[in-house]
Amino acid sequence: MMRELKDYLVFVARCAARTLDGDWRYLLWMTALTAAALLGLNAYCKQLAAGLMVTGMSDQVSWGLYIANFTFLVGMAAAAVMLVIPVYVYKDETLHDVVILGELLAVAVIVMCLLFVTADLGRPDRFWHMIPFVGKFNWPISMLSWDVIVLNGYLALNAHICGYLVYMVYLGRKPSKLWYLPFVFLAMFWAISIHTVTAFLYVGLGGRPFWNSAIVAPRFLASAFTAGPGFLILTLQVIRRVTDYKVTDKALMMLRNIVQVSMVINVFLLFCELFKEFYTDSAHVASAKYLFFGLHGHHGLVGWIWTAMALDAAALVLLMLPLSRSLKYLDLACLLAIAGIWIEKGMGLVVPAFIPTQLGEIVEYFPTLNEWLICAGIWAFGMLLYTLFLKMTIPVLTGDLRPRQ
Amino acid sequence: MNDGPEQPDGGAGGMTRAAFLAAVAASATAATAAALSPLKDVLDLPSLEEFLQQHYKELSPEEKKAVLERIAKQVKKDYGVRANLSDPPPIPGVEFGYALNIGRCIGCRKCVHACVKENNQSRNPELQYIRVLKMRKGSIDVESSEHHYEGEVPEAGFYYMPVQCHQCRKAPCVKVCPVKATWQEPDGIIVVDYDWCIGCRYCMAACPYYARRFNFAKPEIPAGELNADMAYLSNRPRPKGVVEKCTFCLQRTREGKYPACVEVCPTGSRKFGNLLDPDSEVSQVIKNKRVYVLKEEVGTLPRFYYYFDL
Repeated sequence: MMRELKDYLVFVARCAARTLDGDWRYLLWMTALTAAALLGLNAYCKQLAAGLMVTGMSDQVSWGLYIANFTFLVGMAAAAVMLVIPVYVYKDETLHDVVILGELLAVAVIVMCLLFVTADLGRPDRFWHMIPFVGKFNWPISMLSWDVIVLNGYLALNAHICGYLVYMVYLGRKPSKLWYLPFVFLAMFWAISIHTVTAFLYVGLGGRPFWNSAIVAPRFLASAFTAGPGFLILTLQVIRRVTDYKVTDKALMMLRNIVQVSMVINVFLLFCELFKEFYTDSAHVASAKYLFFGLHGHHGLVGWIWTAMALDAAALVLLMLPLSRSLKYLDLACLLAIAGIWIEKGMGLVVPAFIPTQLGEIVEYFPTLNEWLICAGIWAFGMLLYTLFLKMTIPVLTGDLRPRQ
Repeated sequence: MNDGPEQPDGGAGGMTRAAFLAAVAASATAATAAALSPLKDVLDLPSLEEFLQQHYKELSPEEKKAVLERIAKQVKKDYGVRANLSDPPPIPGVEFGYALNIGRCIGCRKCVHACVKENNQSRNPELQYIRVLKMRKGSIDVESSEHHYEGEVPEAGFYYMPVQCHQCRKAPCVKVCPVKATWQEPDGIIVVDYDWCIGCRYCMAACPYYARRFNFAKPEIPAGELNADMAYLSNRPRPKGVVEKCTFCLQRTREGKYPACVEVCPTGSRKFGNLLDPDSEVSQVIKNKRVYVLKEEVGTLPRFYYYFDL
């Protein structure tokens, strides 16, 4: 047992040593990410000292960019399942070699999610109150307590799957099914659950008609399965350009199919929501009206949402056209879709539910520079983490890194 | 510290590489230190005792006593006032209810300010539990109401609707709290343990009545204005980063007094009492007047009623 543990630690250490190696592009990329992450840390320290008053949030709009990013990223993490299902359920080998890269992304992204939630807390020093059995956990009643469980569980599942499979490749051994298949299948359902629970966080509130809609969870999943695989399409091309790892065009085209279908469903569900809101035209439409057209002379989100609509529409058209079989246009479509969905799920879903307030007051939300810096810092840290994971894993996958004889 | 065998390539190239890595490590450390420097302004770091403090309901009588003493000491230090800090329990057989005469309220906001004073709410940033809506006669749409009206009251053509915590029987705020930092007491009052709240503000998202407030900064109260009669679950000074709300002035009402807003109201629009006592004023109002609750459709079953005379 001790010996195996030692071997595993040697493996991790040798992988980690690889992260110190790289050409100038790698060093530049890592330096830039580190600098951005430190800027974010600096901004966060300011927030710790002064309180959340350094943000644009208020009693009226009590959640903002942090929770918006959190919501978007939970979707990105869940999207790994779209690679897992074809490979493990349908035994389709096209995506076999990239599944692990999707799971690594999930790990990095969940860490970002946890950081965003922490950034939003007024009392991060009391995080231990949320630890089951140690603090006082309102489970199963509070949806947020569910979120704590599913997010950390998903992190653990994916970390285990990646750690185990990559180690087996390193050893040149066939992985034992017992050690990963049950976890892979569990992670499949778990992935759906993280985004469903995050949707239920909003859906369950009767006092916020904008969120109190059964379609939010399906919308979340559809948009996640667009943005997540879209992000991987971009990442995989970088990987195959800067490493020896083989990523086939066929794999990219399969991801394109996934993004394409998800985007169609995403836009359709959005249309259903908008129809219900605007055709009914009840008092509940106020938030949607504020979002799309402004309300009583306030237009804070109108620019955001129409940008998102334009990006979504352009991405949809590109994805539907055969044009996007060319990687250049596919990349463009993915970029547009990711940006569009980021706005739609963030500024477009979290913020408008607070405007107007429960008592009809309109207070707008404008994120502060400090808030933006914290967000950028967390994104940079997440990308840094993902780069490190890739840098550790890919030499093993290409057979470059093997045990010393 | 780390001069281990990390240099398999060795030789002159290894030296420059080591020097390079050392330079990188040094600058990274310096940059991290610079990034962390705002932490020197953190003045309200919890003591170990505060950090480890258990949830209100888990405290033994001795622990609770120690906590109350610690808070009183802190109040003395911060405000130079000897606090009369207690933890009055709910009275058996009492369920508090509130009734507000929507036809009589003149919108003077005396209740708002009495509440701020009684409950030691932050003056800067300004924090108030009661919001008075100026509504156009003939309209029940809160969206067309005015929240920040000024000038003479009452103004012709308008009526006024004060809103505060409705102490709901089915309270969404209690349901959503991930750490049970807010709960409903046996007398119906919904309280917050300010020493347990993690500041996630989910309860604020859940509340249909805009009744909860968050301490975005450290609350400021002029030392001379502090109300020294305070309770653990209500009006003791709050730390930064936690949620607070109306508690029907439990530090008063559990001692047999009226809430500050009831006492100060010049028109007698505010009625308060025991819902379980059929002869109490509030029970009589509910029985005999035209009564309604706000946003009945969200199903929260408030203990706060609006009524009007015929």
